[in-house]
Parts: sequence; structure tokens; C-alpha cells
Amino acid sequence: MSAVTIIDSGLSNIDSVARALEYCGADVVITRDPETVRTAGRLLLPGVGAFPVAMERLNALGLSDAIRDAVVRAERPILGICLGMQLLADTGHENETTLGLGLIKGDVRRLEKATPEERIPHMGWNTVEDQGGCPLLQDVPSGSDFYFVHSYYFAAVEEAVLATTPSYGGVPAIVGQGQVFGAQFHPEKSQTNGFQLLKNFLKA
Amino acid sequence: MVKIRVMPTLLHKGMGLVKGIGFDSWRRTGSALQAIKVYNMRGVDELVFFDISASPDDEAPDYEQIDDLADECFMPMTVGGGIRTVEDIGKMLSVGADKVSINSQAVLDPGLIAGGAKNFGSQCIVVAIDAIRREDGGLEVLTHGGKRSTGLDPIEWAKRAAALGAGEILLTSIDRDGTFEGYDVALTAAVAEAVSVPVVASGGAGHYAHMADVLRNGGAAAVAAASIYHFTEQTPQEAKAYLAAEGFNVRL
Repeated sequence: MSAVTIIDSGLSNIDSVARALEYCGADVVITRDPETVRTAGRLLLPGVGAFPVAMERLNALGLSDAIRDAVVRAERPILGICLGMQLLADTGHENETTLGLGLIKGDVRRLEKATPEERIPHMGWNTVEDQGGCPLLQDVPSGSDFYFVHSYYFAAVEEAVLATTPSYGGVPAIVGQGQVFGAQFHPEKSQTNGFQLLKNFLKA
Repeated sequence: MVKIRVMPTLLHKGMGLVKGIGFDSWRRTGSALQAIKVYNMRGVDELVFFDISASPDDEAPDYEQIDDLADECFMPMTVGGGIRTVEDIGKMLSVGADKVSINSQAVLDPGLIAGGAKNFGSQCIVVAIDAIRREDGGLEVLTHGGKRSTGLDPIEWAKRAAALGAGEILLTSIDRDGTFEGYDVALTAAVAEAVSVPVVASGGAGHYAHMADVLRNGGAAAVAAASIYHFTEQTPQEAKAYLAAEGFNVRL
């Protein structure tokens, strides 16, 4: 069974991610202990909340350094979900400018409408388009819908954008570089397609 | 393009689910857990869960119950009822709500909207507005399950709520609630025009054509409904198939 360590900063809903991973056959550990994160085989960083508040928590708990140690030094796979994906960036501009984990180049900016009909937050099911061979989208039918709920997006370097969603001029839906992955949408709430994505991450 | 959403609303009172007419005449409709399990299987877009005993009775939200339900809920869930503080919002999110809906307390303390948005992000703060058409033709926001007058205009209140950080407006017409006569399209259109956040239309759906009407002419991003799923043979799945055939962008 694949083991996943979920990083619990105390701000997010851990339960539904944990339940979804268990449903996908994972052995789940939930922790806020830096040592446990440092030695984890596979990490998941969930996230609901605002960028500065979440970074402050991760830093205060000593988790930011632990995540960087696990991911950069030990090359462990990590999947950030929603805000957890955005936290992988160098900087975020939600409310104020804050340093992120710096695992994927780029910054987090507020969504801007590309058409007058678009509303912010981006809320609901939207298509995810593979930019070519995204490992997390293996066995997911192309053009499948996933559940998004966000007001900011990760303007990541082009080579790290593995999939996009067509709204707001086309923003990153999945980012990835090496073993570092992020999904802007919520796979744990995206039913069949979301579970397939989590299963793919368990194989990464 | 983001899909329109079809959202069943579950109203919880005491020990089980209920549904009423015009926020009154409650009838029991079954167990929440059972409903969630069925909606999981049917690939429902999103779920709204209101504990309607919490606010009028000044009860605290039943977090344990939400925790149990959220564990079984593999679709996004908005939870409301009895939320009074930023800490309550945090607790509700931590037990598994994806979005938290505030209504009466947001009117009493609009700072709660700003506080919730600052700490958890606008995307999870839903402001629910229950509106009524008065006899003089004016519109008014009522709170505490339609029992308390506020003197607020729903359009102005929606604007203010969005400016304070609400990420979504869940707009219910008390007049239409449970009547099967259709959504208050004019009310929905006025609110949807006034704000740039998504507006969920609620109250009055009797047929799928009512959903098409408020999506097409009311500017709604989503349609919530309860009675038609409880008391008729109509289902969220069929609603989506109907709306897709009508040309809407739907997740099937």
C-alpha cells in the first residue's frame, strides 16, 4: 500500500483529502511534526485559506523547512492542492506579498476576467486540458471536469504548467517539476476523475 | 468555461432532513447521510447543507454531525446554520465543509465576512441572503429563518457583502420557497448584475424549465433546489441533462 503523509497546518480540511486517499488505497499519516514530514516518503499539502496566513503557520510550525528538506534534498514527491499548490510558488500576492515555499518558479496573482460573463472566484466544475503527457492525468479522459474554487492563480513558469483550464484567459490547473506537483482544483471533491488523479500521484 | 451547477439543498432540523413552504410548514424528508450517499453515486455537482435549527434557536452548529457527513461526501459541500465567529468558520472548514455560509450573523456583524475572507479566503465564504417582496413592492432581507426584519435591501446588501469579501451569494426568495412556481428571476437578475461574484438562485424551482429560466434570464451561476428533489420524481441528474439539451454548459 502506498503511504502518504498529509501536512496539517491546522487551517485546512484534512478529513476529506484523507478519506479520498484512503479510498484510493493509500495508507494515510496526518502530521504537523517537522521530523515526520522530513522523513516522509510522499507528501500531500492541502490548503484552504489565505496565502499569508497559511505561510505564517507553516513557518511557525517549522514545516516550511521540513517540506523543502523532504522535497529538494530527499526528492520525495509532493502534491499541493488548491492553496497548497499556490504555496509551492516563490511569492504570493494575496492581501500582501508573502514568500512561498519556492519549489516551483512563479508567483500567485489575483484572477482577472477575460470575458465580461466570468465571475471571480472561479467556482465550480471546469475542463482541465493536458499540455502534453501530464503524469497525473494518466487514464483521465481528455477534457474531463474538475472542481475549482479559487480567486488567485499560480502564474508558474511555462515549463512547469502541465495542464490548464480555459477560463480567465487560460490559467494553470496542474503544475509540476520533477517530483513536485500542484493541482489548482480539488481532486478529493472531483469524484471519479479526481480519484484517478490521486491514484496517479500515489504511483509518482 | 465554468459549468453551471445544479445543487440539491438539504435542510436539517433536529434529527433529520425537512422541507417547508415559505420557511414554514416543515415536513420530514429523511436522513442526511442517506441523501449524501445517493448524491455521491449520482455525481451531483455540489451540495448545500443548512442546519436550520441552529440560528433561530441560538444553538451552536453541530460540528460532530458535519464531520460525519463530510467524511461521506465526495462532492463539494457548503454548510450553514449557527455560524457566529471567525473561529466557527475555521472549525466548520476543519471538520470538512468546503464553503461556509453565513446569513443572520453576517447582517448583525458584517465584520464576520471580512474576517472570514481574510483568514480563509473569499472562495470559502458564502453569504446567504433570504429576501422577501413586501406588500408595498419593496424588497427586504429577512434573517433568523425569515423571522426577523432587517430594513436592508437585498441588492445593496449583496453588494456590500461582496465588497467585504463574500465569494458567493446564495440568494433565496422566501416568497417562492417551496411553491414550485419558479425562481424570482427579477430579484436574481438584479443581484447578479450588482455583484461580480457567482450568485446561486434558490427558492421556487418546480420544474427544470424554471432552472433554465433563472440561468438564462437571472444571471445565476448555479441553481439550488430542495422540494423538487424531495417531493417529485425530478432529480439533479435529469435537471443537468435537460439543461444540457437547452444549450447550457453542464458537467454530465
